[in-house]
Amino acid sequence: MPDVHELVNDLVLKLKRRRIEGSHACAKLTAELLRQVISQQRVPHTNQAAALIDAVKSVGEKLISANSVELAVGNIVSRVLHIIREEDVSLTSSALEGLGFGSDDEETLADREEQHLGASPAVAAAAARSALRAPSLHTLLEGIPDSATVPHPSSSGGDSEGRSRSDKSLRTRRLKHAVIEAINELISDIDTCCEQISELAVEHIHQNEVILTLGRSRTVKEFLCAAKEKNRSYRVFVAEGAPRYQGHVLAKELVAKGLEATVITDSAVFAMISRVNMVIVGAHAIMANGGIMAPVGLNMVALAAQKHAVPFVVVAGSHKMCPLYPHNPEVLLNEMRSPSELLDFGEFSDCMDFGSRNGAPLLHVINPAFDYVPPNLVSLFITETGGYNPSYMYRLIADYYSAHDVIVQQRRSGSGI
Amino acid sequence: MDPRRANRTVIDPKIRQVGFFAPAAAPAQSISTAEGGDLPSPPRSDSSAGSNSPAPVMIPPPRHLSAPVSVPASSSPLRREEQAVFPVGSYNPVESLLASSPSPSPSSRMDGADYSEDVSWGRAASSVSNLQPKSSLTTVSVVKMPPGLTEKGKGPVPEGSLERGAGVKPKEKLSKAERRALQEEQRAAKAAAKASGDGRKPEQNKVGKPTVQRKENIQAPSVQEKKVPERATEKDRKKDVPPPRLQFDDKNRVEKAKRRAIVNQSEARNIVELFRHLPQYVHGTQLPDLEAKFFQLDPMHPSVYKVGLQFLAGDITGGNGRCVAMLLAFRDAITDYSTPPEKTLVRDLTAKIGSYVSFLIECRPLSISMGNAIKFLKNRIAKLPLTLSESEAKSSLQADIDRFIHEKIILADKVIVNHAVTKIRDNDVLLVYGCSCVVEMILLKAHELGKNFRVVVVDSRPKLEGQALLRRLVKKGIRCTYTHINAISYVMHEATRVFLGASSVLSNGTAYSGVGAAAVAMVAHAFRVPVLVCCEAYKFHERVQLDSICFNELGDPEVISKVPGRPEVNHLDRWAEHENLHLLNLTYDTMPSDYISMIITDYGMVPATSVPVIIREYRREHVWI
Repeated sequence: MPDVHELVNDLVLKLKRRRIEGSHACAKLTAELLRQVISQQRVPHTNQAAALIDAVKSVGEKLISANSVELAVGNIVSRVLHIIREEDVSLTSSALEGLGFGSDDEETLADREEQHLGASPAVAAAAARSALRAPSLHTLLEGIPDSATVPHPSSSGGDSEGRSRSDKSLRTRRLKHAVIEAINELISDIDTCCEQISELAVEHIHQNEVILTLGRSRTVKEFLCAAKEKNRSYRVFVAEGAPRYQGHVLAKELVAKGLEATVITDSAVFAMISRVNMVIVGAHAIMANGGIMAPVGLNMVALAAQKHAVPFVVVAGSHKMCPLYPHNPEVLLNEMRSPSELLDFGEFSDCMDFGSRNGAPLLHVINPAFDYVPPNLVSLFITETGGYNPSYMYRLIADYYSAHDVIVQQRRSGSGI
Repeated sequence: MDPRRANRTVIDPKIRQVGFFAPAAAPAQSISTAEGGDLPSPPRSDSSAGSNSPAPVMIPPPRHLSAPVSVPASSSPLRREEQAVFPVGSYNPVESLLASSPSPSPSSRMDGADYSEDVSWGRAASSVSNLQPKSSLTTVSVVKMPPGLTEKGKGPVPEGSLERGAGVKPKEKLSKAERRALQEEQRAAKAAAKASGDGRKPEQNKVGKPTVQRKENIQAPSVQEKKVPERATEKDRKKDVPPPRLQFDDKNRVEKAKRRAIVNQSEARNIVELFRHLPQYVHGTQLPDLEAKFFQLDPMHPSVYKVGLQFLAGDITGGNGRCVAMLLAFRDAITDYSTPPEKTLVRDLTAKIGSYVSFLIECRPLSISMGNAIKFLKNRIAKLPLTLSESEAKSSLQADIDRFIHEKIILADKVIVNHAVTKIRDNDVLLVYGCSCVVEMILLKAHELGKNFRVVVVDSRPKLEGQALLRRLVKKGIRCTYTHINAISYVMHEATRVFLGASSVLSNGTAYSGVGAAAVAMVAHAFRVPVLVCCEAYKFHERVQLDSICFNELGDPEVISKVPGRPEVNHLDRWAEHENLHLLNLTYDTMPSDYISMIITDYGMVPATSVPVIIREYRREHVWI
């Protein structure tokens, strides 16, 4: 236990100090940490799932509040919670099948779920959701009353009386085991998402294409390189992405792969976009409405692309999909970076006279980290599961998260900000 | 009916003026014509139009639209005779414009006006028919109709119609002789018009009809009065259209140019394919070379040389700054100029200036404003009266240069500032991009006037001109916010106005300005923030451009690889070693006119669509004095 605490505090500190760059790293570290938390979590014989969920939630809360704009952390926490719920459900249902049907477990179920969710009002939603997840035609035809009678048999029977203690401990271990398995899968998914996405590259990039991107994203780089490896030769305009100038790095990497890369200033994006066939960018987070939080400058690029009817394609792994609907994201989900990236502190020290004008400085320097690109400017999302329209993102996201966690996370991130 | 007609006569000339030449006298004349033509009764004309119209060819909607407006459609059969007497549809604006000319037979009138619909209308008038309504149409779409109409109309047309028809169709058929005859006639007509004022003699018209009409078909669309001078401008204009710029992917010509060049230009490596047609220079390398050459370059005047070096080194930037520096250098050169024996001042000085200009171009491609100033100067030289002595000529030229700088730049800026300040209200947040001296003057003036506003200075690499502006503004005590262009969407929420400078405004309303301004305007447009472009009228240019690629200026690619003050950003060191890696440093981009809410110029605040008008008027005022 103590070492887990240490690990948690360590990660929290790193997140707070913005020592971890990029949502990919954040997601991976979070998932690994949660795996550790779960494996070390002592679970009671009853309500193991609830105990796990509580543990994950408490850790997740800390992590999220450590860096509330790094949405990937919250995403992973929610997903782990979702995994636990899923495993729990599948285990109970399988146990149920083995054990036959206990008809009197209605109360215990309600009991359990109440504990699980901390008086969550979303039990109905959960039930409906699990019904939604496997909509075979058969259940659709027969199970019309399912959604009406909320605690339907398939999800019930958690702790049937006919079960022995040993059975339960077995189940406990099985649950934990299954959850850890699933988290391992999640981590490997995060790791391999780039490869999976880049496999789709050849379907989207043709010979002699001219592509524009801004800044640097690992996913974009892999995507472009994958197309090159399939012997497509094309040109890339890389906007440098001030004030981080990661575009320089990307250009160099692409050139090393044999692509033809041209570095342009961010201000020249509008001038060049008319000769571009496609804009491919990475994202910081994908919101549930299909908008994206992206490195600063991309809204301008997206507008220019729209003006010239150039497809604006976002490549991102599923760990960046965030179940939140953004409200005023430019401000609430944004982060201000140091002004020293724009102006040397010394340079304007003579003008920064805080003594005059009742202390209000004459000069402000704004250096936001992210831009919000609304869904109507995005043409396509390419994730490891394929390409999607912005309007479909909400549904895709529903596959990865369960409704309770979204609510919890919102409350938290709200308080975190 | 009458009031309506009167309206039309007043209104129409105005409408038609656009794109043609502005006849100040139009209204009065038109009224007089209206009097003459007030016979036609609208209902009749309408019915006739309805019954006889050659349906298949015509596009009905415009006619219907215009039908109510067209009021007095003259061509009812009854009226025909009268038309012969009164120059056709009195309400016809074209006619009214033409009224002063003595040869306004219906046909000639129309043809002269070059509105094809008028042509048809003339036919209609004579042939009694249906074509009538067209005459009143002012829509562009109508213009296409007449040919078909004329074909159709031929059949029924009696008397001279065939001739007319023939005349209408083929402009090309006119021989030179004919044209000359035509010109002469017009000239005569003009003289007569002047003599007789408004005197239109119907009989004369009638007689002159067929021939005149045919000839006048060729005419440029203009008012008779204006015709002769306008013709001259037409010619000059052709001459005036800048010859195609040197395209640097044209090897032969580039080689030639290089041989002539004074400045040693080493070609940049890793050229961006898309911009092969632009000069690609490695900056800075030729500076010591040039300095060494200083004493060998006897043809170059030292002032010009100095300015050239300053351009090269980037010490003088900004459209106005460069233009003024260049003009002052030329002024010096003219002061020291003496005509060599056996040569004439006009020719020799023009050649001299030409060589100076080509030297300056080698140092840095000219801005459009400089091109305009050079054009002005050369024009003044060419227009020097031969009778002037050398010293008189020189002082006259110097006065011209001073006047240009004073009126076209300094005063123009003042006027622009005065206009623009009225658009700044208290609590405004003004977003400016880069560093434009006019915009800076506007901000300072508004601050002087005690307006309470805040400025958002948006800057971009590689020039970071905004920092200098920011410093000056902050020193004056103006509240400022500084950010870079990528954050434009973030700061645009706050902004209430966007002020931009422009290097030039092209005649399709496109503003040609420092790279990034277009992106700022685009974002402002998306956020519904008005964009005010401030530009002196001498920077306007008749060229049109749709993209930023066909014409642009390439800056030094090296500056992109280095970020001042950020030594840790060094990923592109030794970039030139990578064959496939290019750095592109564009200097300008073009801002489409739909992003521009208003252009503030010394002629006032105009929409982008009015740019061609200003260009036209400007030329008339200043080049063809």
